[in-house]
Amino acid sequence: MAITHTLAEPTWWRIFSRNRASVAGAVVLVALFALAIFAPVFLRFEPGRINVGPSMAPPGLIHLMGTDELGRDVFSRATAGLSVSLMVGFGAATISTFLGIVVGGLAGFFGRRTDALLMRLTEVFQVIPRFFLAVLLVAFFGASILNILVTIAVLSWPEIARLVRGEFLSLRSRQFVDAARVAGASRMSLIFVEILPNALGPVVVNATLMVGQAMLLEAGLSYLGLGDPTKASLGQMLQEAQQIMRSAWWTTAFPGLLIFLCVLSLNLVGDGLTDILNPRSRER
Amino acid sequence: MPTASLLLYVGGRLAQAVPILFIIILINFALIHAAPGDPVDFLIGATEATPEYIESLRREFGLDQPLWVQLATYLSKIVQFDLGYSLRFREPVLSLILSRMPATLLLMGTALLFSSAVGILLGVIAARRPYSAGDYAATFVSLAGYSMPVFWLGQIMLIVFALHMAWFPTQGMYSLRAPSQGFGRILDVAHHLVLPAITYSFYHLALIYRLTRVKMQEVMALDFITTARAKGVAEGRVVYRHALRNAILPVVTVIGLNFGFMLAGSVLTETVFAWPGMGRLLYEAIGARDYPVLMGLFVVLSVMVICANVLTDVTYALIDPRVVYR
Amino acid sequence: MSEPLLSAKNLVTRLFTDSGTVLAVDGVSLHVGHGEAVALVGESGCGKSMTALSLMRLVRKPGRIISGEVTFEGRNLLSLSEREMRDVRGGRLAMVFQDPMTFLNPLMRVGEQIMEAVLLHQRLGRSAARLAALEALERVGIPAAKNVMDYFPHQLSGGMRQRVLIAMAISSKPAMLIADEPTTALDVTIQAQIMRLLAQLRRELSSSMLLITHDLGLVAEYCDRVYVMYAGRIVEEGDVFGVFANPRHPYTRALLRSTLSPDRRIQKLSSIEGQPPNLIMPPPGCRFHPRCGEKLPKCAVDAPPDFALAPGVGARCWLYEGNGHAAAP
Repeated sequence: MAITHTLAEPTWWRIFSRNRASVAGAVVLVALFALAIFAPVFLRFEPGRINVGPSMAPPGLIHLMGTDELGRDVFSRATAGLSVSLMVGFGAATISTFLGIVVGGLAGFFGRRTDALLMRLTEVFQVIPRFFLAVLLVAFFGASILNILVTIAVLSWPEIARLVRGEFLSLRSRQFVDAARVAGASRMSLIFVEILPNALGPVVVNATLMVGQAMLLEAGLSYLGLGDPTKASLGQMLQEAQQIMRSAWWTTAFPGLLIFLCVLSLNLVGDGLTDILNPRSRER
Repeated sequence: MPTASLLLYVGGRLAQAVPILFIIILINFALIHAAPGDPVDFLIGATEATPEYIESLRREFGLDQPLWVQLATYLSKIVQFDLGYSLRFREPVLSLILSRMPATLLLMGTALLFSSAVGILLGVIAARRPYSAGDYAATFVSLAGYSMPVFWLGQIMLIVFALHMAWFPTQGMYSLRAPSQGFGRILDVAHHLVLPAITYSFYHLALIYRLTRVKMQEVMALDFITTARAKGVAEGRVVYRHALRNAILPVVTVIGLNFGFMLAGSVLTETVFAWPGMGRLLYEAIGARDYPVLMGLFVVLSVMVICANVLTDVTYALIDPRVVYR
Repeated sequence: MSEPLLSAKNLVTRLFTDSGTVLAVDGVSLHVGHGEAVALVGESGCGKSMTALSLMRLVRKPGRIISGEVTFEGRNLLSLSEREMRDVRGGRLAMVFQDPMTFLNPLMRVGEQIMEAVLLHQRLGRSAARLAALEALERVGIPAAKNVMDYFPHQLSGGMRQRVLIAMAISSKPAMLIADEPTTALDVTIQAQIMRLLAQLRRELSSSMLLITHDLGLVAEYCDRVYVMYAGRIVEEGDVFGVFANPRHPYTRALLRSTLSPDRRIQKLSSIEGQPPNLIMPPPGCRFHPRCGEKLPKCAVDAPPDFALAPGVGARCWLYEGNGHAAAP
């Protein structure tokens, strides 16, 4: 059985809940998820439908977040955009984490050639400005949700791979691995059962923070006009708001606020998780 | 400081940059051919072009030749600083980009200096007073700072400070009515610079603040601080002369590593405030699907990031003698 | 000559940590006379370093000096203002630390670091200070001192770095030097060199030394008097010959038994049974009693006072209740 915690450790919930900000972040995150998933059921107005109300109406009882210049209800569009943004964020983070774990684990475990290759790759990715490469990729390959998601994932995995590789390198020479190897464990078993669970701690933290980064990246791309025109995301709403925000502040304030809350809560949760899952940071 | 070994170090770093440059150019090349559509389209952009022009491009880039010949052609053009021609702007791409560079450098430079200086200072102050109310507030504000999309912050700042309070102009780098020379001009530009620079600094300031604070706390717990105190050094000097120098090393590294990200922020900020720099050019090029400009910007911006990295390494080497002296 | 140079009375320092309050220095009294070399001996974690830091008022959060008196050259150090204390630190009262690699600023040249000490305590201009620093380096036996002035710590070997630390400490010709495990981080061969250097400097400067160490060999060779510390308290004091020849406290005896010496043929290595005590919740009564081979029933209940057995000789143990009279609790 993989050795992950010693007996005297407080349970993860207790540590997490000691950090009240993280708990608040988690609550907000859950609320936002709920909003994205359930609001469409209760929406009075169809998200993209124009002229459901007066044009450029300030927030009120009927239109909680006001309307834009085409008479679209901002609240409906924002919740729809929220689900798009969340989907891209989590999707990209998941894919890149998965890729990163696989590549990083292989490099860290097998070492030498695979490792050298991986390090070169991550170095290159570190120097090339990711945002502009993303702009280029999306501009060339077309602005669809899938493209954006894949682009972000492709640009983010080297960072995770590097982290995983680092963890693997330090863990594979630890004694419990030797013990398992002596006991006859196969290579696959060593990787997946012994080392990986212990390496995952920092990876989970990083992945959480990465969701936020992915969301900001997607929002940035959409803001510049590279969003999927068929599925308005929050970034795109901000782009449209650029022209009319002088007279209609609500068209920018609310969509942006939603992005902000998502990323903030993700960062808070990530910070809280660091305390639990990152043993090095616990010695304060 | 033996300049010989320092120069060698710089030379080494620059040499390392060359293969990366090659890869960047390769990426551009690959994209032209890998993306769906006729490569020629990517060499023109979405603007209307005459058949003669299309033909001339085909010949110039050798689009009917084998790939590696095309790559060689492409490379040779870049080496001669020919980044293509923009039909939309009616200008060679490189000169177009270079004309926009000063504005971006002004904005970035101001923001970087401001946010680094203030971030470090606040970080040092906070490290001496951990867990105070001010510390918690500052930590939270900085966390908010780097959770915010910079363009949203820009829009809010614009609405509040430029539209409602009318303290600052809403866009551009200078007013048409302002003097075009001399001190009046400088003031005018500075006036326009404030909002975009502050918006843009926020993220970086938050990052530097958090990092400095953590690193200072770490360094202040190290042994040589005790030695300094045992010598009778006053606390102020201990903090600024002994601790800060050591804590600042990782901060310098982060500033450098973050440069690419900062550049991205510059793009977004320039778009919000219509600041006539390279970022705004990118936005315009995206709208017009002007691929030559996009590719050219990618090359130029990447070069800037590489230069920034080398500069960071050199600065680090200047501060930390262990790098060069070994 | 009768008035000691440094005298500490009932010094109490505590550490307020998340796990509890550590009674690091629990009523320590000691004194060092002019020109004397006194040792403070004990296991790791017994509070000797904390005592040294307390004497210099270098205790930081979460630690705090709670009570007691530290008299140095006639002044109570604990009642001085921070500025006055800074004058004393590094000037009349200097300290040498244990691990020269971590105790030197890696980004500052060695010469600069010594000059800093000189400029703080002597009225000299920069060039004169530079000369003084150079002189200090030469004094501690560093070859090619002029070049070494411009070196960074990482360019020197361990022994050289320790000499630099010593140079920093003696640069202002202190009346007393506190050396906290000055040789622990060094090779055995270098250890001897450094100790000889310290002894020589002591003679040249006529200064006193408080040597903090767990190495009894060093104590025997270089010190005049010794204090034995256990769990935050002094359990035995006396002149070196006396204590080594005739140790009074059971802990001292066990300590001496467990060290190797070419003079004695030992068939088995003996060690002191049990674990060093937890200073957050020390054992009741005498702190050594759980590990003591000669304990009496009252040892588990009452903490013994320090019994003075002769001038300058004492033991904190109930075994001596009849022999001496209780000096201090």
